[in-house]
Amino acid sequence: MGDINPILLLASLMVASTPILFAALGELIVERAGVLNLGVEGMMITGAVVGFAAGVGFGSATMGFIAAALAGAALSLIFGVLTQYLLSNQVATGLALTLFGLGLASLIGQSYVGIRAPATVRLDIPLLSDLPVLGRILFRHDFLVYLGLGMVAAVWYFLNRTRAGLILKAVGENHEAAHALGYKVVRIRLAAIAFGGAMAGLGGAYLSIIRVPQWTEGLTAGAGWIALAIVVFASWRPIRLLVGAYLFGGITVLQLNLQAAGARVPVEILSMSPYLVTIIVLVILSAGRGGAALGAPGSLGRSFHASR
Amino acid sequence: MSEVLLSLKGLTKAYPGVVANEDVSFDIGAGEVHALLGENGAGKSTLVKTIYGLVRPDSGSMTLAGAPYEPTEPSQARARGVAMVFQHFSLFDALNVADNIALGMEKPPPMGELAQRIRDVSEAYGLPLNPSRTVGDLSAGERQRVEIIRCLLQDPKLLIMDEPTSVLTPQEVEILFHTLRKLREEGTSILYISHKLEEIRALCETATILRLGKVVATCDPRETSARQMAELMVGSVLHVPERAAAPPGEVVLELAGLSAPSPRAFGTALKDVSLQVRKGEVLGIGGVAGNGQDELLLALSGEMRTKPQMVQLKGQPVGHRPPDARRALGLLAAPEERNGHASAPDMTLTENAALTARVRKKLSRNGFISWRRSKGYAEEVIKDFDVRTPGPGNAARSLSGGNLQKFVIGREILQAPEVLVVNQPTWGVDASAAASIRQALLDLAAKGAAVIVVSQDLDELMEISDRFAALNAGVLTAPRPAKGLTMEQIGLMLGGAHDMHEAEADHA
Repeated sequence: MGDINPILLLASLMVASTPILFAALGELIVERAGVLNLGVEGMMITGAVVGFAAGVGFGSATMGFIAAALAGAALSLIFGVLTQYLLSNQVATGLALTLFGLGLASLIGQSYVGIRAPATVRLDIPLLSDLPVLGRILFRHDFLVYLGLGMVAAVWYFLNRTRAGLILKAVGENHEAAHALGYKVVRIRLAAIAFGGAMAGLGGAYLSIIRVPQWTEGLTAGAGWIALAIVVFASWRPIRLLVGAYLFGGITVLQLNLQAAGARVPVEILSMSPYLVTIIVLVILSAGRGGAALGAPGSLGRSFHASR
Repeated sequence: MSEVLLSLKGLTKAYPGVVANEDVSFDIGAGEVHALLGENGAGKSTLVKTIYGLVRPDSGSMTLAGAPYEPTEPSQARARGVAMVFQHFSLFDALNVADNIALGMEKPPPMGELAQRIRDVSEAYGLPLNPSRTVGDLSAGERQRVEIIRCLLQDPKLLIMDEPTSVLTPQEVEILFHTLRKLREEGTSILYISHKLEEIRALCETATILRLGKVVATCDPRETSARQMAELMVGSVLHVPERAAAPPGEVVLELAGLSAPSPRAFGTALKDVSLQVRKGEVLGIGGVAGNGQDELLLALSGEMRTKPQMVQLKGQPVGHRPPDARRALGLLAAPEERNGHASAPDMTLTENAALTARVRKKLSRNGFISWRRSKGYAEEVIKDFDVRTPGPGNAARSLSGGNLQKFVIGREILQAPEVLVVNQPTWGVDASAAASIRQALLDLAAKGAAVIVVSQDLDELMEISDRFAALNAGVLTAPRPAKGLTMEQIGLMLGGAHDMHEAEADHA
């Protein structure tokens, strides 16, 4: 197995983790506001195809990412209107959103199969990128990898240090009490849902424009579901979520490398290993702290209507 | 009270099918403690929500300190100096005290400064509170302090308190009253909503009584008897439950060193609970909510299993048996939450009758339910307990609180239990329904059943219990004869002694 280059491995880990990191961060905000949107997979793949199409059309990857974020947010607002105004069941609506997104994406993507994605701006940070080992691992990526890391910090700061973040947590914790204090529960939740959609769209576009980089049907391959699982096992906390996403990305890259190196392990086991290991590690992380410390938002998944 | 702070004129608010407030007018003076009295459904909550800007009236007007007052949302009410302490606290369990307080303020100061102000105010009013504790871990009394301090930090002119003492021990009530009197001396007006008449007589100067959405009387509670006010509230003469004295028989239920962790987050573990209940006896178990009452009921009903010997029915260990096995042996239970625990809200009364009476009333055969017999049983409960409903085919959720409560209690009583455990049998039930439920429990005991009543309503427990015990942090005190117990002794049994020294220091 001397064929595996640890420096390349670590560098591609960061790339492999980024789509899930985006989608999971968005969903973290949505769930902290008390909404369970199971449509992450659908929003990701819609973002992937719209971002790819816009990127090709405009000849600019940046335009692709902007379009993907808008498409994800637009799709999520369908979910938002259905669940927040029409009070439909969040689980059923989220699942429907995933199915709808998958169908919509393959419809839009029909004429884009086999085309190459536009090139992305790479941020080869001068000096730092020339560092011997670290330079290759840390400082020679596209700007979205850094944007993802920046978003982790921003979400952490938002939730723990700002008043807006406190209000968001309050709405997710007890929507009746928040309403009684005069906060606009539905409006705050819609904003969170739209943010979650935009982030899922960005994650999807990262797959189609940078990671793969082309459009194929079923491109996301369950990444949205993994993002959902990571949010829960990270106990709704951004820093743990980063650990979970990197772990999943790392093992994905490692098992691909092992397959390429011809390791004597059945391919099926290697393929399932990222899912298994991520879930096992996060379960261990979140176990043994008692139910209360797990920190599921108190109103998660419950519909709110200001009737009382 | 010469100066008028808040004046209500002709407030009317109708919801589909019900008029919550009809032409309500009264004045609250500056520095006055004004009581708002009425039964559940009399329109008290709608009225205070109108004052706090959560509900907009259909017609009528309000004047605050001489200027028109039309709040469209709570932040406007707060800006005008109106603050409110809610009945079901508007707190966030997972956040700490300082965060909770910041959420209720328009322009909260930075966290460090806020924590200091919380400490200052809590000391000034004798309400000890640590700003960095998580609210989910606080007792009910401490949670109320969070709400009160949240209001006080905004220097309110009018403080609205919705049923503030329903979850407090007698000693905690004293601390609260001390704080409220201090506020009145400083010129703050208080609108005090309650149906506990003795409290109102001790605290308030004026009382406005609502019935079916209308003001029916205004009186000075210091000069009106509790009975007079109760009859004004209900609109009829009250019936006081009576009982035929019967000598207690042999022990039917025994708890021996019952210890069990709570199955729920933020729950209370039961610690070494021991007691004996005899035939024909009513045992009252008091305590502030969240001290293990729910867990005790789960352990008795069989929803939570324990070691076999911990629960013994007629000398037989049943701690490991599920609910249906216990029902077959004669141990029945009616839990607190009538919508969702004692009944399935969306199912019909017939279906709900079959759910618990299947075993004892033989409503099923070979695994098939006999709907004819279930319907017959539901009709029997409806008739015997005067449940007001069009028929057994109606969903449980369509019944009013009092009627559904009569149904879930009646459903157990008509199964002729040997031991009946009820939790909060009259919570949120109007006075006449409460009286008939209490009478039914006493009649059951007179026929030789053992009855355990878990309740937070001490007056109720004193009225119907033979013996009284208190739950405090999952520990049960030794039961004592209820006759002759003073409120102070009860308070000490409830463990209300915590924080007393701070309050005393404040008196000095």
